[in-house]
Amino acid sequence: MTTLSSSPSAVSSAPSAVRRRRRLLTRRARRAGLNLLGLLVALITLFPIFWMVSTAFKPATEWYSLTPHPLPRHPTLGNFRAVIDGSVVGVPYWNFLKNSLFVTVVSVVASSLIALLAAIALARFRFRFRTSYLIMLLIVQMLPQQALVIALFLDFRSLNLLDSLVGLILVYTAFALPVTIWMLRNFVAAVPRELEEAAAIDGAGPMKAFWRILLPLVAPGLVATSVFAFVFAYNEFIFALTFLGTDTAKFTLPIYVQYFYGRNGADWGAIMAASTLFTVPVLAFFLLVQRRLRAGLVAGAVKG
Amino acid sequence: MVRTISGQPGHLRAPAGPLSGPLSFRQRGVIFFRRHRLAPYLLLLPSAAVIAVLVLWPTVQIAEFSFQNYGLQQEIGAAPTQWVGLGNYSHILHDPEFWLSLRLSVISAAVMVPLTLIVGTLVGLLLSHLGRRMAAFVSSVSVLAWATPAVSASVIFVWLATPDGGVVDWFLTKLPNWLGGGAHWAGYSWTNAALPAYTLATAVVVWLGFPFIAVTVLAGLRTIPTELFESARVDGAGPWRIFWRVTYPLMRPIFQVLFLLSVIWDFGVFTQVFIIIGELGQRDEYNLGIYEYATAFTLPPAYGMASALAFILTIILLVITVGYVRASVREGALR
Repeated sequence: MTTLSSSPSAVSSAPSAVRRRRRLLTRRARRAGLNLLGLLVALITLFPIFWMVSTAFKPATEWYSLTPHPLPRHPTLGNFRAVIDGSVVGVPYWNFLKNSLFVTVVSVVASSLIALLAAIALARFRFRFRTSYLIMLLIVQMLPQQALVIALFLDFRSLNLLDSLVGLILVYTAFALPVTIWMLRNFVAAVPRELEEAAAIDGAGPMKAFWRILLPLVAPGLVATSVFAFVFAYNEFIFALTFLGTDTAKFTLPIYVQYFYGRNGADWGAIMAASTLFTVPVLAFFLLVQRRLRAGLVAGAVKG
Repeated sequence: MVRTISGQPGHLRAPAGPLSGPLSFRQRGVIFFRRHRLAPYLLLLPSAAVIAVLVLWPTVQIAEFSFQNYGLQQEIGAAPTQWVGLGNYSHILHDPEFWLSLRLSVISAAVMVPLTLIVGTLVGLLLSHLGRRMAAFVSSVSVLAWATPAVSASVIFVWLATPDGGVVDWFLTKLPNWLGGGAHWAGYSWTNAALPAYTLATAVVVWLGFPFIAVTVLAGLRTIPTELFESARVDGAGPWRIFWRVTYPLMRPIFQVLFLLSVIWDFGVFTQVFIIIGELGQRDEYNLGIYEYATAFTLPPAYGMASALAFILTIILLVITVGYVRASVREGALR
């Protein structure tokens, strides 16, 4: 194969130089075209986020204008100030951020711990019902939340768990589990069993092998999966909407933004400021961890 | 007990000397535990309990309520809760609003799913052809869209398409006539009727959904040996042909899973539609999930009826899920 393709260029060198040059040019043009296309995709994708942030900095005279400008001409912090003071909803933004972070962090820690135990069982042991359990997880993951919310609402009402962040934590922990277990299972399975066996031969008990060998090696996977649980809990809408009906001060950020938008349908500057303060933290978090994340995304969803 | 232990080789044999004699409670426990191989079950117990109580039990309850007349009267205790057999279901089947909402769910999913898959696949293919830096940049930006909360994305898109000051209507009025633009777009409301509202919802769903498809397709493309593409190109196949003759057949299982996941997600889409149609105001813009939710949570509450609707929704999604599970099993996901 190699001799075949190299021999013509060796025989007739003058025309092949021209051809090679032309090929180089077309390759460059192709690359430029592709890069342009990539840039276009990036711009279109970024546009809504950009427009949100840009509107948040615009005074009312600018966002309520017949010819929109991409950048604010007289940037103002007034919208953010209104949101942070809580002059519109009556409760400052920090309160909702605190609620959201509390619910999210507790449910992520709980679901990661519970999922790690299950993942070890599913990746390290062969036992009856193992396949059934895996299939159960796949099915449970697909149950519609707007259906289950009816029963959970009625149950939680009789347990006095409505208008309570504890109720949300319970639900978020449970609903994050299937995906978290499924993803963590792959990370546990990727740790060579020989390492644990070697530790056992050296006299380490199962607990010691877990703390010294498995946990450090699974830690990156734990980070990746907890990012997913984090995003699920931080963004969750249906349960929060239903459970946190009456007490504004208990709202999490998604419900707050939706409530704010529902009550101030015309004040887009302030709505976008609230939305920015809700969205940008999670986007920043994502950019920080995204490399690990993409591996997890693929490991969890597609490959076994 | 002792007989089996002494029958075991090695470390489980009861040691002679001061330690021999009756076993302590703890030792017996450990032996019982090992002999019956209880470790995996014990490790699964917490997750199984949480899922059973907070996910499976509510599903059973929904099924139960769907055969009862659970409503306002029963809630305040004015009348007892009674079994009504298939009453709720026969009522639903004769309810034009149910069929309208089901139709909207089916049609919107039929548009959202292929659009998300096509856009996602195209971006995934583009990513695989870009240089490393550009690919990293584009995929980072896509991940941002994916990570944007559905609530934010919906509110942003409503703002983009709002009749006063929205950039979409402004852009459409500036667009030349032959591209469908024109002055009639000035002040066009995207939320007042089902068709424009679901067009907007589709835009949100595609924007939020394509990055996952793109990243997954890219990962799948990386598993295909490049020699296959090269030899196809040498044989004179164009990109369209290469995709359908090489890429698609090899990545069929991945596309199958992505398709089924998209159907499940888009058929049950809730948050985006809820926000775009303005909470539960406009009944002719309900999809099945919203209709079920409104039946339960607007006054007077009809939990029995809503549960029947919820059960129908669940069954539809479960049927699709069976396909998803089978595709996953075939791909070897349960190994």
